Formats: sequence, structure tokens, C-alpha cells
Amino acid sequence: MRRIVRIASWLYAIAVYGFIFLPVVVLVLFSLQSTSFPIPPFTGPSLRWYEAVLSDVRLTSALVNSLLVASISSLAAVTLGFLSAWGFARFVLPGSGLLRGLITLPLTVSYLIIGMGLLVLFNWAGVPKSLLAAGIGHVVINLPLCFAIIYSQMGDHQINIERAARDLGAPEWKVLLLITVPVMAPAIFAGFFLSMTFSWDEFVISFLLTRFDTTLPVEIWNLLRSGLNPKTNAVGSLVFAVSIVLVVFFELTLLRRKPA
Amino acid sequence: MSTSANTPLPRAALPWALVTPALGWTLLFFVLPFIAMGFSSLTAHEGGGLTASNYSQFFTNPSYWQAMVNSLQVTAIVTAISVLLAYPFAWILAEQVPERWQRLALMLAVLPFWTSYVVRSYSWLLVLAQNGVVNRALTGSGLISEPLQLANTRFATVTGFVHFFVMLLTLTIFANLKQLSPSYRKAAADLGAGPVRTFLHVVLPLTLPGIMVGAFLTFVLCIGDYITPQILGGNNELLMPQLVMMQIGRRGDFPLASALSIILMAVVTIAYLACARWLKIERA
Repeated sequence: MRRIVRIASWLYAIAVYGFIFLPVVVLVLFSLQSTSFPIPPFTGPSLRWYEAVLSDVRLTSALVNSLLVASISSLAAVTLGFLSAWGFARFVLPGSGLLRGLITLPLTVSYLIIGMGLLVLFNWAGVPKSLLAAGIGHVVINLPLCFAIIYSQMGDHQINIERAARDLGAPEWKVLLLITVPVMAPAIFAGFFLSMTFSWDEFVISFLLTRFDTTLPVEIWNLLRSGLNPKTNAVGSLVFAVSIVLVVFFELTLLRRKPA
Repeated sequence: MSTSANTPLPRAALPWALVTPALGWTLLFFVLPFIAMGFSSLTAHEGGGLTASNYSQFFTNPSYWQAMVNSLQVTAIVTAISVLLAYPFAWILAEQVPERWQRLALMLAVLPFWTSYVVRSYSWLLVLAQNGVVNRALTGSGLISEPLQLANTRFATVTGFVHFFVMLLTLTIFANLKQLSPSYRKAAADLGAGPVRTFLHVVLPLTLPGIMVGAFLTFVLCIGDYITPQILGGNNELLMPQLVMMQIGRRGDFPLASALSIILMAVVTIAYLACARWLKIERA
């Protein structure tokens, strides 16, 4: 009986792993295709489609835009998230439960609806579509995340260090910059890198709120109109590689933190 | 305004200075847009006064209504299949894989999660296309003579979604199974229950709240997603997010798009209220 369960488990796990990895393996494999269609039989390996991606100005500038929007919006989200988390964790504010709920509320609403709302608002206010508009949307979706991560890691043991600094005469800004930020660094980095991965991959808000200059997911979307194409595979594989790097950073920063 | 413990009282303005930027951002770019959308949904596309016609259209136009029905059907199918696939998988990872390999096994199970979302749907297209991997394998092995129509169908949409949510649910259910104290299982065994009974009467009920939270998450993310149905399902049947995007993209009809978005959000809220009991248990 035990043996049967074990063998069945193995078979089942292999099948599910196969299902999970199938599209990714196909994607990467056919990005190395030497002929023009990413379909069997495999004719590679060849790096020509990677060269094609790197020499495509639209794609490379979209890649730069994506990195720019992701890093700046994540920086904004993590700064706002950190300041508010510190404020809520250290001081008693009237209605703070409700206010905290307000900050985390966007987590429960789909990106499509957040993007729609901003589109309607900007349209009324006469704000043109731009990377900045999309970046504002990215802060909206990542701020609650950064806030929740940092707020949950604000342990009581840091209060004492902050108090000691105040007793020794440090002004508030010095306490914040020299004590709280370094102590909270792992949570801050974790929030930042997680925001980066979400913003880097975000499609629908960027699609709705940008027009000429746009981000990589939107540019990939435009590329899809030309049908199946090994170039799309190559750019997809590159995006995957960048995401994995960001995730590794996230893992390292979050795991480095010892439980309080 | 009081401060925590015995810290010297900082200026009362300080805490507000800390939280106001985040609150302001949320009010300005999340709450205000939502209000704008609400107003917009009550106006006519061609201008003019307030009207409820955008909402009544949803209930009277069968194709709009159909999009909601499609969305609910696809979401229900995806949620059910994902839970049924992910639960045994998470159980195997938690129970059958040796402790020291578990972290690696779990990491591998969610690795493709981090491919770009647009790209992930596209790569299913490679697998399911007319001359894609699956059809080549099936025709090559002589199982079928004509390639199957897999892409641009509901089957493709569901496959793409299930792929995504199996990873997500494996993660949440695995965490749930690991939190379960082994003493429950020992107690059940001591009382004479076999492995099957222990699972059905102890493990499954205790992990049910976690499953419900995962299922709710699946529901919310699935019903609001535009990318997967648009890339994999094509335009053969529309889901709600596709319908919303169509109003903006093709017709520039913001009021109708706003109304449809609000209806979509209302459905999610109703689902939340229906699951609230389970979701609350999890938080406690």
C-alpha cells in the first residue's frame, strides 16, 4: 500500500511539474530556433533572435522604460509605504485601523479596474497618457504591498533602540535615517524588489495609460500581433531571466532577516 | 495625541507628516478615480445628463450578459480544476518529499510563476497552436490524423489560467499543510484511524479554510484578468474584462466601460461576502 502511494505520488508530481514547465521549456527552446517559426521541429541552436531583439530599438527602449518606471515607482512606493508604516507602528492615531485599511484597499481591486479609474480621472483632468501616468498607477498597486510587508516587520524590539537614540539627543530625522532605516533594511529591500517584479511585469495599467513611449510588456503585446515568432520567444526568455534575478534578490533580502 | 511607551513626546504633527503622503496618494489616485468612474458610469457616451442606461444596457443586452456568464463559468471551472490539481501536489510536496528537498521542490514548482505574464500566455499558444508542440506530438505519434483546434478556444483560456493558479494554490496549500501540527495526525492514528480516514476527517477539514482563501484569490484574479482570455481564447467568446477593454479600445465609450467595471467589482464583492466566514477564520 505504502509503495503504491509512493509510486503514484512520484508519477503525479512528475506530471504536474511537466505541466508547469512545459510552456517555459518550449518558450526558451524555440527562442534558440534558427528558422523563422517557433514550431517543431527544432532547428537551432542559434542566437540570431536574441541579436534581433537587442538591435530592435522599440524593444530596447521599451526595456529601458520598463526598468525606469519599475525602479522609480518602486522607490516611491517603498518610501511612502515605509513612512506610513513607521507612523502607524510608532504613534497612536485616531481611526488608525480604518486608515490602514484604506492604504491596503487597492490590493483587493483588479488592476484593470484601477487602470480604468485612472484613465477616466486623467481623461477628465486633461492629463495626457504617458509613462508618468502609468508610473502613478504602479505606485497605487505597489504601495499597499510595501506598506503591508514593512508594517508586519516593525517589531517592538526596535522601539528601544529608537528611544535610546532620542534619549541621547537625536532629532527625529536622525532617528529615522540612522536607526530605523538600517534596522528595517531587509523589509525595505524586500518591498522594493517585490514591487520591482510586479511593476516590471505589469501590463494592463501601462497599456491603458501610455501611448507612444511604453513599457516592455505592452511592446511584447504589440509584437504578438505578428503571430508566433522566435523573436517574441527571445524577448520573453530575457524578461524571465530578469524576473528570476529580481526574485533571487527578494528571497535573499527577506530570508536574511532573522525572526524577531 | 499620545506616543507609544515613554518616548519624549515628538511634535504632534510628526505622525501625520509620516502617514499623510501615503494616505494622500491613495485618496488621490485610488479613491478619487473610483468616484470619477462612478460618475462617468452614470453619464451617456454622447454627453448629456445623468442616466442609468449604461447599467440597464448590461441587463438588457444579451451579449453583455453573456460575457458575465462566460466569465463566471470560466472562473468556476478554473478554480475547481486548480484546487483539485494543486491539493494532491501540495500534499505530495509536504508529506512525501524528504524535508531537506522540500524548499527546492517548492521553488521549482513556482519558478515559471515569474515569467512575464504576457509571455506566459503566449508560450501556451506555442504549445497549443495548430502546428504547435501538442498537435505535432499527437499527429506524429499517429493518435490523430488532423491537428486539433486547441488555441482560440475556451479550453486554451482555461489551460492558461489553470497553469497560473496551480502554482499559486500549491504555494498556499503547501503552507497550510505545513502549519498543521503532526500531533493531530498522531492522535487520529492512536485512535485507530487509517491514513485515508485521517486525511478525510482530520487533515482535509483543518486545511479547508486555507483552500477557501486560495480559491477566493483565484476567483478574484481570474475574473478580473484580461491578458489570458485575450491571447488564448481569442475573440470567439468574450469575458467581462475583454468586454470592458473593447468599450475603450474600439469605441472610446468610457461611461459604459466604467459601468461594466463597477458591475465586475460588485460581483467580486458579493463573492467576498459569500466567503467572508472562511476568510475571517484565516485571519483570526
